[in-house]
Amino acid sequence: MAFLKINNINVAYGDIQVLFDVSLHIEKGEVMSIIGANGAGKTTTLKTISGLLHPAKGSIIFNNETIDNLPPEKIVEKGIIHVPEGRRLFPFMSVEENLEMGSYNSRAYDKRFETMEEIFELFPRLKERRKQMAGTLSGGERQMVAVGRGLMAKPVVLMFDEPSLGLAPVIIKSMMDAIKKIANSGITIILVEQNIHASLSISDRAYVLEQGYVVNSGNAKELLNDPSLKKAFLGI
Amino acid sequence: MGSAILNGILMGSIYGLTAIGLTLIFGVLKVINFAQGAFLMLGLFSTYWFVELTGANPYLALIFVVPFTYFTGYYTQKFLIKPVFESEKDVREPIGVIIVTTGIWYMLDNLALMLFGAEYRTINVPSLSEAISFFGLYAPLSKIIGFFISITIAGALFWFLKYSKMGKAIRATSQDREAASLMGINQYKIYNVTFGIGIAICGIAGTVLLPFYYVYPTAGMHLDILDFVIVVLGGLGSIPGALVGGLIIGLIESVGSQFISYSWTIEIIYLLFLVILFVKPEGLFGVKGEF
Repeated sequence: MAFLKINNINVAYGDIQVLFDVSLHIEKGEVMSIIGANGAGKTTTLKTISGLLHPAKGSIIFNNETIDNLPPEKIVEKGIIHVPEGRRLFPFMSVEENLEMGSYNSRAYDKRFETMEEIFELFPRLKERRKQMAGTLSGGERQMVAVGRGLMAKPVVLMFDEPSLGLAPVIIKSMMDAIKKIANSGITIILVEQNIHASLSISDRAYVLEQGYVVNSGNAKELLNDPSLKKAFLGI
Repeated sequence: MGSAILNGILMGSIYGLTAIGLTLIFGVLKVINFAQGAFLMLGLFSTYWFVELTGANPYLALIFVVPFTYFTGYYTQKFLIKPVFESEKDVREPIGVIIVTTGIWYMLDNLALMLFGAEYRTINVPSLSEAISFFGLYAPLSKIIGFFISITIAGALFWFLKYSKMGKAIRATSQDREAASLMGINQYKIYNVTFGIGIAICGIAGTVLLPFYYVYPTAGMHLDILDFVIVVLGGLGSIPGALVGGLIIGLIESVGSQFISYSWTIEIIYLLFLVILFVKPEGLFGVKGEF
């Protein structure tokens, strides 16, 4: 039995269906990528796992428990943490306060100060900026806060939505290194990316989404050399 | 003149208090609560009946009024407003909710009319209406006490939002509700608590006002409209803005009526309101999402 398993879900925003019969699974300790072009349904998949959306059909099983009908705050309590696209920091709160909000759930709150120290070790830059308002940070620093905020929640599964979006290549590299480090610490990772080279190079397995359908999946290194990937990614 | 300024500041702080509830609810729920004045009336009436039935000092009524109005607000949001929110999930400023609050306003006003009748009621506490000398300036004791209560409540609320876990969660929700729910914050619980606090502040304002004010079913109306002016003047969603806006309105009213008739001071207030809307529509302290 897989650690987190998504069985044949259909998801719609109002009348517009975005995911069609999507199934995927992830094993404990794995780094799994979901790749695909704009509008393929990657973000929708993550939002459905984190409870912001609910599937019209199908199920999501985590640790042998059905979680697809739970609200987001219950999913967070289970340890599935979503680092959203576009960072979504609280702009009028300091770096420290943003990190603290990450540890809002009952599993993480009491350990928040220790966890924060670990995050400052991973991203020393944030320690210098701890009192600064999140809205005034640079793009790379914001992404560090977003990742740090995810870690503050003491995740079992950590899901990243486009962590490289809008970052300079050199910062993308260090961001991917940080994600690899997080994976090595035993946290299961789901990575959604348009930057396929960056994401596949640190992933074990990957799924390719195209217009709401899973069209391909397999070993990340093999997929990287697959010609059909270009088709999915460019949407042609 | 000096006494007029002092009275303006004292009254302005109390106006500010009534506006804080409105601005807090708007800042978090992104909804104008049209029932705010009706809840103020509820605060006035519950203080009135507390004093009438127990004969106690009106400020003692707070021990009853604060929990009563808090839970009224909490459950109003939970049972009447939340269902509408859920059906308008993806709308940033849900119009349906505004209409619900308008319905609550009419319901409360008419409920009070039905239960208590239309007459103006007041409590008579002579010791509170006595003028007290304050560095050679004179103001009634009730307004001086009102000023200190208002400032204390504003300070306490500021501290709560800045440092407590719940307060931080309220701020996070006001800044990005979807991101807040990804932190494990139950959005609707935050709405319940925020609405409860906003209405409890209304209740406190009712207790503070009653010693020098009348209570009748539409007593909240005048202050309600004034509150909208204050909140827009100070910046929607800003708590310091609500206090400063209240002080400005209080000063205009009190100092202005030294020179011109009271109804003209109201004219000036609304004229100022229009000017602010033209020149600085976000208000004096208007930064979205910041308390």
